[in-house]
Amino acid sequence: MPVRPYLAAFRARFQLMLQYRAAALAGFATQLWWGAIRILVFAAFYGVNAAAAPISFTDAVTYVWLGQALLALQPWSADPEIGQAVRTGGVGYDRLRPLDAHGYWYARSMGWMLARALPRAVLMVLAAGIVLPLVGLGAWAWRPPSGVTAALLFVPAFVLLTMLGAAILTLANVIVAASLNERGVNAILTPLVIVFSGSLLPLDFYPDAWRPFLHVQPFAGLVDIPFRIYFADLKGSAALRGLALQAGWTLALIGLGRLAMERVMRRLEMQGG
Amino acid sequence: MNALALYGRYVATSLRAQAQYPTATLMLTAGHCAATAIEILCVFALFHRFGSVGGWTFGEAAVFYALVNIMFSLADMLSRGFEVFGADFVRTGAFDRVLLRPRAAALQLAGHEVRLSRLGRLLQASVVLIFATNLVPIAWDASTIAIAVWAVAGGVALFMGLLVLQATLAFWTVDSLEIMNVLTYGGVQAAQYPLNIYAAWFRQVLTFGLPLACVAYYPVLAILGRPDPLGAPDWFLPLAPIAGFAFLALSFVAWRAGMARYSSTGS
Repeated sequence: MPVRPYLAAFRARFQLMLQYRAAALAGFATQLWWGAIRILVFAAFYGVNAAAAPISFTDAVTYVWLGQALLALQPWSADPEIGQAVRTGGVGYDRLRPLDAHGYWYARSMGWMLARALPRAVLMVLAAGIVLPLVGLGAWAWRPPSGVTAALLFVPAFVLLTMLGAAILTLANVIVAASLNERGVNAILTPLVIVFSGSLLPLDFYPDAWRPFLHVQPFAGLVDIPFRIYFADLKGSAALRGLALQAGWTLALIGLGRLAMERVMRRLEMQGG
Repeated sequence: MNALALYGRYVATSLRAQAQYPTATLMLTAGHCAATAIEILCVFALFHRFGSVGGWTFGEAAVFYALVNIMFSLADMLSRGFEVFGADFVRTGAFDRVLLRPRAAALQLAGHEVRLSRLGRLLQASVVLIFATNLVPIAWDASTIAIAVWAVAGGVALFMGLLVLQATLAFWTVDSLEIMNVLTYGGVQAAQYPLNIYAAWFRQVLTFGLPLACVAYYPVLAILGRPDPLGAPDWFLPLAPIAGFAFLALSFVAWRAGMARYSSTGS
């Protein structure tokens, strides 16, 4: 299978999204403030009873900044261009390309997510990782990975979180193509991703009884697992199990996405004119 | 037709338009309800894990959460015109048309689009309030209900003031600045916890800068019948929401200054 057209789809979308610099700056400022509020709330609770927390305050702060930096990698809303293409009939062009339909949308989704995430992540490293310690707010700073092993393990974890995110997003896009509108899909997807990925709160903060479920569901691979690998809360065999869970769900969801794509495309009706 | 009747007409038109698509409106409302309700899960999980914080249990914290969300949902529903003012009115030149009509621009913007879906947040906040009432002893009598209504009115005024300020900025920037979301959504985020748990500098920002404490924290203390752990006098607690109206008044002063220097984008 030739890779070039998929890379081209990825690059085209990536470069287009990088043009929106003002949006990136506004998004970054919002996320900086958002992270600060989350940390203020954590600080209040840790101040009372730090022993009850599943991770240290330093790690919780790093978790918050990492989450804000990589927020755009979270598949919490379907690609708006897909919904538009389906409503206007533009999706017909996609059908005419001699490409694998799922692979093409997957590459586009990944370009869309990475291009929005990377500039903000760089700015966030500067602000939370470098400026905060310099102005004497070291306790609030984004720390580097805990050790060389954690850093090395975070590389595959990051790759897998991106791939898993793109797999979920592509599946969402297929459902958008079937239902002609992204609103309904987003209404369900957004809360699911925010809660179960661990974006809202690291998963171990929820009541202990929920853990067996929270630790095996697919969304955990988006935030909770990779971030805990980053600060070595998951290490050794636990880290490897985490990576395996990410990889397993990625494959399963790509498979599901391909099946759904095939069904939807077989009975797709052209809209617009 | 007086201003109030005209505003009523705007609202009725807007609601009739949405009633044409009942399923879509219901689904949007349900979606908004789910998307905003997840925050209470965060509050619950934190209190469940850490126990009481700042002298508050989950039930009491939920009252703060509920009232702030009720205020914001109403303001959000009633100020859509100001929220999209930069993108939909200034940038497109549509504001010229608004100015040609012999009615206050602010009134027309307030009635621009009253979105029922925003009631989703109100719905989940009301459910939380009912639960909270079962968890903590609140004496719902004439005086506490009056304080709650007064606090919500002050809070709606405060959040509307923020959205008016956001619109005012568009006179200079010619587009809606999402950066103001930091104050609106960020304010809701911050004020859904009892404010005495925060560091002192942040409490002061939320009292004297953006007076969220005055519409959320102090009146809820009065409703719960608790003295302020930080020592504000008891008589002050039910009076505090007036700061929300003061904030709205100041916002309109800024709005007038912006109107005075408006020049059309001419498209």
